[in-house]
Amino acid sequence: MNNPELEGQVAGFSDAGPAKISANKVSVFYGEKKAIDEVSIDIHTKYVTAFIGPSGCGKSTFLRTLNRMNDTIPSARVDGEILLDGEDIYRSRMDVVQLRARVGMVFQKPNPFPKSIYDNIAYGPKIHGLAESKSELDGIVEQSLQRAGLWEEVKDRLSDSGTALSGGQQQRLCIARAIAVDPEVILMDEPCSALDPIATARIEELIDELRGRYAIVIVTHSMQQAARVSQRTAFFHLGNLVEYGRTSDIFTNPREERTKDYITGRYG
Amino acid sequence: MVGWLAARSRAWAFASNDGARLHSLPNYHGWYVAMWAFVPAVIFALIWNAVSPNLVMQAVLSDPAAAKLPAFGIGRDSALAEAMAVASGHAQGVFNPLARELVEPARNAMQFYSIIGLVVTVIIGFAAGVFAFTRLRPDFTARTRVERGVMLGLLVASLVAILTTFGIVASLLFETIRFFGMVNPIDFLFGTQWSPNPMGDPAFTNSEDYGALPLFWGTIYIGAIIAMIVAIPLGLMSAVYLTQYANPTFRKWMKPILEILAGVPTVVYGYFAALTVAPFIRDVARSVGIASASSESAIAAGLVMGVMIIPFVSSMADDSIAAVPSAMRDGSLAMGATKSETIRKVLIPAALPGIVAGVMLAISRAIGETMIVVMAAGAAANLTGNPFESMTTVTYQIVAMLTGEGSFDHPATLSAFALGMVLFVVTLALNFVALRVVKRYREAYE
Repeated sequence: MNNPELEGQVAGFSDAGPAKISANKVSVFYGEKKAIDEVSIDIHTKYVTAFIGPSGCGKSTFLRTLNRMNDTIPSARVDGEILLDGEDIYRSRMDVVQLRARVGMVFQKPNPFPKSIYDNIAYGPKIHGLAESKSELDGIVEQSLQRAGLWEEVKDRLSDSGTALSGGQQQRLCIARAIAVDPEVILMDEPCSALDPIATARIEELIDELRGRYAIVIVTHSMQQAARVSQRTAFFHLGNLVEYGRTSDIFTNPREERTKDYITGRYG
Repeated sequence: MVGWLAARSRAWAFASNDGARLHSLPNYHGWYVAMWAFVPAVIFALIWNAVSPNLVMQAVLSDPAAAKLPAFGIGRDSALAEAMAVASGHAQGVFNPLARELVEPARNAMQFYSIIGLVVTVIIGFAAGVFAFTRLRPDFTARTRVERGVMLGLLVASLVAILTTFGIVASLLFETIRFFGMVNPIDFLFGTQWSPNPMGDPAFTNSEDYGALPLFWGTIYIGAIIAMIVAIPLGLMSAVYLTQYANPTFRKWMKPILEILAGVPTVVYGYFAALTVAPFIRDVARSVGIASASSESAIAAGLVMGVMIIPFVSSMADDSIAAVPSAMRDGSLAMGATKSETIRKVLIPAALPGIVAGVMLAISRAIGETMIVVMAAGAAANLTGNPFESMTTVTYQIVAMLTGEGSFDHPATLSAFALGMVLFVVTLALNFVALRVVKRYREAYE
């Protein structure tokens, strides 16, 4: 299990190269309650990996362990190891600030800061000292907004408040904010659940455009969304990783009975 | 009581005799009659109590003995007051011979009018009760009427505070206008010389002695500058610590303790400022070579006032930081910001309107504060920026002028009302703006 290539072959992704993130028997506890039970999974760059499963199955919890956002919950405890490029993110010398600069996150509800659009994007680069000069910072802001497909809509009003944008624009602003620090992995926790179908379609397009550059992990309740945007799908149920494989395989030819039941809408 | 029982039994009688369906329960019929019997009678009794002393006074003055009183002035008033006091039994001995002769007529008049009052009250109560009683029918809507009566009662109760405020404003305004009849408002608001002489002749009032600028300056310097230099950073930091760092048990204990600080009587803070802080500051200042340091200093009053204000600032800041959605905090932490970066760059800016409102409320509290400045800041109206000098404030001068030796219509005494008016307007404006800000801010996050 410690050999990422072997693990890749087991899951049938011999084409994927070494794993960006490799989780090994990860369990998460909230106090006494076990929320995640010994999950092992490899996540690769240039792919979109979707986590699906019924509510309360632990997919969001697991996503949040990947950038240690569960640290903000005092009762949460994580066992097992999670390797980012071979380095254990919980036990190595890498601290949480460095980790989160490399593993960005987009939340369920758009949460722009109550600052200008420009300052929202510039926030990360400033705290990580990525820009030496104002013009360099301007460059990062423009590039991030362009990658998030928001530049054309906001370039004339960068000093307006980020909270004044529409819901879909706010979520793209949050994506732009996440990519402004040039992360390697982007975690998205149901990024479209608060958006209308048109804004959702726009975000899905964006995810597809971004995947060439980052490893993207998306938690979603919508199986159609998982089928549309991802190449890899992991099905979680009751804290267990039931099945993980190519999205096309999971949706057309699941190996597990529980996966099949969920995909066909038998429960969930 | 009687009305209540009678009406209830009558309602029972309706129910049993006619077999008719009562609109309201018998109890409500009882309450309805009781209300009618009680409320108008009480209202009359209150009005009578307010009016009858005047009637008594007239009766006394029409007595032949009253003709011997001096025509006006303090002798007449005191003789009358003494006679009244003896007649009503509040005092026993009579010293003034003029008053002695008035005691008997006063006592008679008092008895006469109080009997009239009592009789009329009983008649009104009885008549109203009977009137209500005759209105009772099986289909009478007693319940709705009683409910309406209860509502009116509550309305009156809630109006008391508001009406009192209006009364205060009216009396302030009235006296202020009298004051400005004697002293030029421009001199009062912008003059720099404050040296009213309560014993001077009111006819030769010098407007230039009533320049209140040093008082305004002292108030702002102590209440809004020195106190806030202490209270804003400490209050904010304690709020940040309590909301972001403290563990829940510590917070559970610490927050109420901090709020108890706000309930310590300001006199106690005043002692502390006058007996401990002020001498200490004077000694320290002298030892570093500030010779002008006095034992009553603006800085001592300001520092202690700042400590007193900390709970206000911290509790408002605490509330508004806690009201920032946790998504903001998570968003910032997920960017790799540290806890303190998150607090400084996201939480405090997001909570700023609430914090500003808290500070404004704190300022309005600080500039209205009296005891600490009375005890620690001194009485000298200095227009100076030196915090080690003695300074005085608006509130201090209000106390000094009202409790001073001047007669009530002397401009020095009246100046207290003008000062009070200024203070009232300023704190009202601060509170108004602060509450508006808080309201807008709440809407933004709901």
